[in-house]
Amino acid sequence: MIKSRIQSIGWPRIIIFGFLLTLSITAIGLGIPMDQLLSSTLVRVGMNGILVLAMVPAIVSGIGPNFGLPLGIICGLLGVLVTIDLDMSGYSALFTAMIISIPPAAIIGAGYGWLLNRIKGSEMMIATYIGFSSVALMNIGWILLPFSSPETTWPIGRGLRLTISLEGRIASLLNDFWKIPFGKNQYIPTGMLLFFLLACFLMWLFLRSKAGVNMYTAGVNPKFATSSGINVDRQRLIGTMMSTVLGAIGIVVYSQSYTFLQLYLAPMYMAFPSVAAILIGGASTRKASISHVIIGVFLFQALLVVALPVANEIMQEGNLAEITRIIVSNGIILYALTQARKGD
Amino acid sequence: MSDKKMKLKNTFKFDKNEVKKFLVNNMVTILFIIICYLGFKFSGLSFHFYLRDITTRVGRNSFLILALIIPVLAGMGLNFAIVIGAMAGQIALLLVTLFAVDGILGFLLAIVIATPFAILFGYLLGALLNKTKGQEMITSLVLSLFANGVYQFIFLILVGGIIPWPDPSMLLNRGYGIRNTIGLGDGQGVGIKGVLDSIINWSVPDAMIIFTILAFVGVGVYYLIRKSRGITAVETDVIGKKNLILIGMLGFAAIVSAIYTKATGSPVNNVTIPVFTYGVVALLCLFTLFIVKTKLGQDFRAIGNDMHVAQVAGINVEKTRIKAIVLSIVFASWGQIIFLQNLGNLNTYGAHTQVGMFAIAAILIGGASVVKANVGHALLGAVLFHTLFIVSPLAGRNLFGDAQIGEYFRAFVAYGVIALALVMHALRKRLQSQDLIRMREEEELEEATD
Repeated sequence: MIKSRIQSIGWPRIIIFGFLLTLSITAIGLGIPMDQLLSSTLVRVGMNGILVLAMVPAIVSGIGPNFGLPLGIICGLLGVLVTIDLDMSGYSALFTAMIISIPPAAIIGAGYGWLLNRIKGSEMMIATYIGFSSVALMNIGWILLPFSSPETTWPIGRGLRLTISLEGRIASLLNDFWKIPFGKNQYIPTGMLLFFLLACFLMWLFLRSKAGVNMYTAGVNPKFATSSGINVDRQRLIGTMMSTVLGAIGIVVYSQSYTFLQLYLAPMYMAFPSVAAILIGGASTRKASISHVIIGVFLFQALLVVALPVANEIMQEGNLAEITRIIVSNGIILYALTQARKGD
Repeated sequence: MSDKKMKLKNTFKFDKNEVKKFLVNNMVTILFIIICYLGFKFSGLSFHFYLRDITTRVGRNSFLILALIIPVLAGMGLNFAIVIGAMAGQIALLLVTLFAVDGILGFLLAIVIATPFAILFGYLLGALLNKTKGQEMITSLVLSLFANGVYQFIFLILVGGIIPWPDPSMLLNRGYGIRNTIGLGDGQGVGIKGVLDSIINWSVPDAMIIFTILAFVGVGVYYLIRKSRGITAVETDVIGKKNLILIGMLGFAAIVSAIYTKATGSPVNNVTIPVFTYGVVALLCLFTLFIVKTKLGQDFRAIGNDMHVAQVAGINVEKTRIKAIVLSIVFASWGQIIFLQNLGNLNTYGAHTQVGMFAIAAILIGGASVVKANVGHALLGAVLFHTLFIVSPLAGRNLFGDAQIGEYFRAFVAYGVIALALVMHALRKRLQSQDLIRMREEEELEEATD
């Protein structure tokens, strides 16, 4: 009975939850202010949430975790750059950035989905390298693209800056919307969390619609889906497109909270923490739901947020949070890979 | 008369198809030869400068690239986890620097220390890959990232604190964690910098002549031994007629051009080759060629062809796969030591991270694929990849007025060529399985009509 319950929750989640609990208790013991930890965790959940949500249509439609997320991220970055070049700011800039990044993301997602339909069985590896090479190609793009705003380009020389400040443009717009202050200078980023939950709700609705059920069937049992008249390749294509579009919207939300736009090599490994988060939430390479997204992104980000000050109290080491992120996110992906075959 | 004409026409036609097949099969390599040639032209580099750079780079990197071959033979794809082998090499170098063992002795000690680490890591990796058959590459890629996290945790956080480290000069100022850069010596007796490279140095034309003679002698001795033992079977001939002609032609060309270079007294004569390093690389080439002929090598190939058939034939598939990975990781650890003794300093947290990607991009550019790799692919790939590395920033500056573009271009090439190779492999695999299904269906249809 206990054994089966443990299996249904999964050992990695139990270990990570236990680790988080231990860290939290240590944090309280060390007198680290909890309001600050809670606030940071909520901000990071809102920041990363949609990027994690982007994994859902990909996994549900059967292509597996979308390691090619940088494709969507690049489209989102382009959207924000265009609004700065048009000298827009405020909510109109935020939503324009999202809207204009959707068509390129959909088109690129379609091409990417078309390719993934031709290489079934090797999706994860190829997606990873499609992501890497698109980031490498865009490095040339960031230099050559004809953006002219002095905010985005180097004052001397050619090309876009490495990081671009969004202050006075779209920085913290969603964070500050209906924000609820508490404790000492802490706040709940209500707007950003609502936006994330709205996106989750829409995805939840979609998965329950006829189109969503078709996609689910195509992902879970392609042979059965084909025999009941569902075009599996088409469902996979739609899933990939949705994932890429969510990647574009996700990076806009991420950047407005981070208050900086990160170009060049920054998007290279961005898919990995998102994949890790949904896996921590209980998804596998073949199954995912909205609850996995919400639980996963909360556990993963809380772990990172709590680990940092605890580590700082024990030893003055700034890199420890980054190292924890590398070990936890790649460890969980490895675990999922070893489990993938059992699901077949 | 017309018969003869027909025959002539037929042979000609046959040749044309052969050429077409050759071009299609070696598309990537041919493309890169063209890119490298154009890049060299636009870079404006002088030939002897290029030659000096390329001999150093190929010498230090080839060993790592060769470490990729055995897992490919065993059907495990491109081993992204040679990064872990590189880490083993770096652990050994850190210890040797700590013990302050200088010169060639230090180098050998590094090899001795690295090997058990590499065997342990290789064993663990192999065991993991046995649990993720069919997804070896993504597993080894993610594992190398994971291992990098553990490596950082140990050397940045634990060392100097929880793990005692007697030499504080190697630690960061805060008292724990290894410094970001560790000097590996001054190249004049202290440390191991350049110890392998400096053992024997010959000028390029001299080396070409001596190597050619050695190759001819080696081939001769090989056939003499075969003859004295009375072996005549063609299958056991590791060289083969085709390669024999190739070696002869290349050797002749090498001697002629070497004598010509010496006669003209061009600056190429001043470029020297680290002969001993190349000799070590040659040894690994020979090992890789010969292991294919052994029982173990045949097992690798059997598993690579069809794991289930190999299992039925009585091969212990899982154990053999682990052996293939252990060999690869051990060679990678030695390769990283060779690489770093040439560089002369160790970037503690960066030196290993790109090793896998660069080596894999190189062997693919040389003509390898996920299921096919040999010594020729590795060596040609090393030359082409490093040519691209040398010329692209300069070519970028001359063409676009920006060296950065050239640098980003070569990074894109490295990632892009890997993506391309993976896609082509997946497409081919899918076509084959479709053919198989069609064949089965046709057979069933025939049986039904019978």
